[in-house]
Amino acid sequence: MGELFTLPVLLGIIYSGIRLATPYLFAAVGETFAQRSGVLNLGVDGIMLMGAYSGFYVGMKTGNIWLGLLAAAVVGILMGLLMSVISITFQAEQGISGIGLQLFGLGLSSLLFKTTLGGVESINGFKPVRIPLLADIPYVGEVLFNHNLLVYAAFLLVPLSAWFLNKTTFGLKIRAVGQNPQAADTLGVNVTRVRYFCVCLGGMLAGIAGASLSIALINLFQENMTNGMGFIAVALVYFGGWRPYGVLAGALLFSFVNAFQLWIQVLGINIPSDFAIMMPYVLTILALAFATKRAQQPAALTKPFERGEN
Amino acid sequence: MKSTLSRLLALVMLVVILAAGCAPAAETPAPQAATVFKVAIVMPSSITDMAFSQSMFEGLKKVQAEMGGESAMEIAYSENLFKVPDAAAAIRDYADKGYNLVIAHGSQYGTSLEQVAPDFPNTAFAWGTSMDTFQASGINNVFAYQAEAQQGGYVLGTIAALMSKTGIIGETGPVDAGDAKLYIEGFQKGAEAAKPGTTVSVTYTGSFSDVSLMATAAETHIAAGADMLTGSSQSVVGAIGVAKDKGVYWFGTQWDQTSLAPEAVVASQVYDWTGILKDMIASVQKGVMGGKAYTLTFKNGGLVIAYNPAITVPAEVKTAADAAIAGINDGTIVP
Repeated sequence: MGELFTLPVLLGIIYSGIRLATPYLFAAVGETFAQRSGVLNLGVDGIMLMGAYSGFYVGMKTGNIWLGLLAAAVVGILMGLLMSVISITFQAEQGISGIGLQLFGLGLSSLLFKTTLGGVESINGFKPVRIPLLADIPYVGEVLFNHNLLVYAAFLLVPLSAWFLNKTTFGLKIRAVGQNPQAADTLGVNVTRVRYFCVCLGGMLAGIAGASLSIALINLFQENMTNGMGFIAVALVYFGGWRPYGVLAGALLFSFVNAFQLWIQVLGINIPSDFAIMMPYVLTILALAFATKRAQQPAALTKPFERGEN
Repeated sequence: MKSTLSRLLALVMLVVILAAGCAPAAETPAPQAATVFKVAIVMPSSITDMAFSQSMFEGLKKVQAEMGGESAMEIAYSENLFKVPDAAAAIRDYADKGYNLVIAHGSQYGTSLEQVAPDFPNTAFAWGTSMDTFQASGINNVFAYQAEAQQGGYVLGTIAALMSKTGIIGETGPVDAGDAKLYIEGFQKGAEAAKPGTTVSVTYTGSFSDVSLMATAAETHIAAGADMLTGSSQSVVGAIGVAKDKGVYWFGTQWDQTSLAPEAVVASQVYDWTGILKDMIASVQKGVMGGKAYTLTFKNGGLVIAYNPAITVPAEVKTAADAAIAGINDGTIVP
């Protein structure tokens, strides 16, 4: 057990945890915007898969991963737009249309993969960028400041989103629309437009989350490669109490524990692997049970808005 | 009125989306010839998984080509049916449509097959990986098949241990059961026998498809000093990418994984199912619908070690690997 608490192991856990958290951060922060505006989008996983596929495909065909990233963002926005039309304009039950969107993304990305690529191939994705000076800090510098650009972007997204939601006028509108759309409407806020914006922004970030897997962290595309990550991202939004910093805490907890359990197995510490694999899930559930304030939940979440109701 | 219309529209869109999302069962159009032998296969992952499902699908295609193409043998397949109820429905459906041989390519499909097979006595079924043909429960139309994955594991473990500079080897598996367990334990045994004192650490991710966690597992092994990695399941593609990026060597199983990373994959254990498929088909054509359990071994040619020509394996290491194969074949080595 003692060998677990050595410096190389701790640094290894931090390094892997940061990488594992990256796709969750993009997807869950994006979903935070959607939910704060009152729309539950359960289709995040499907959008991630479409983002992963389009980022990979465009990156490979053009030889430019930046174009791949752009494609993933655009496809994410389009998927967000589809979700918006179904759940905001047509006011379909959000939970069900989200599952529909997830299956759509899963099916379409697999189909496109089969017809355009046919087999698993790898790509040269975003390379690690060493940040001068900061990366020279003894021990932690190398594990914190030698990652690819999308990893840094995911972590920068958190304070940026918190600022945007809490300090800007548009952020106030988003919160108002999610809390009390009728009141926001009487004050001249275009509820539909704000919700469209948030769901599309969430879609874009989910698309980038997928691309962070296919062109930055794993650098290949395989059918259903997200393996349900999008659903965990939705859970992280609840876990984080609909706040970007809360989402960050949840994503890091889940990822660090996952990295930790792999080390337990590598070091041959005598616990059945099934118990080690369960650890991140069990701990997340425990933290969820003890730590969350449900009062944070946007009052109008999942409720479609129709002008003139009430 | 508006609300009814929009609900209806939403419903229509949902149905369209759901329909698009469901995995299509690709089927080759049935040729008119009466002698055509019809094979259907249900698989847990995709035909391009670089692993378990691909090995069987390519085997079927090879047999088809040998038999004389689509006019002699028809192949229908359903992939990505990891969930047993979906697979069970597909198995029953194929049997109902009159396929001569229905292959349930996944150990999790066993209980479903035990229920479906007795209803279709004129259809032959095959189930793998398993050694149980259900004859004990009075069912006579099920073949069983299994790859002796530990044999190739032992040989690749021998090569890895002799090539390792750090003396540390990492293995990344999906779950501690079935084909993956056989392979991983065989590899460990081979490595420890070839070079006593070699450290072999094993991780399981708990999933056949979690590419991201599999990649992290590989990173963790490398951080712990491993310079030789191996693993099983379709999610190892993530780990192979890590091996390539970090400049360590990878050993593949189930399918030749060299094309994924020619600079990292030293050798792969490849499953060649053509021999047992041909035997099953011949059996069915003679009216024997099941009751036989097959294994893939080095001896019967079902297991093959495919070396990557781009990576030089020292001659003495290759000799040791060949000696291990010979030992397994004559029974002096039991992996």
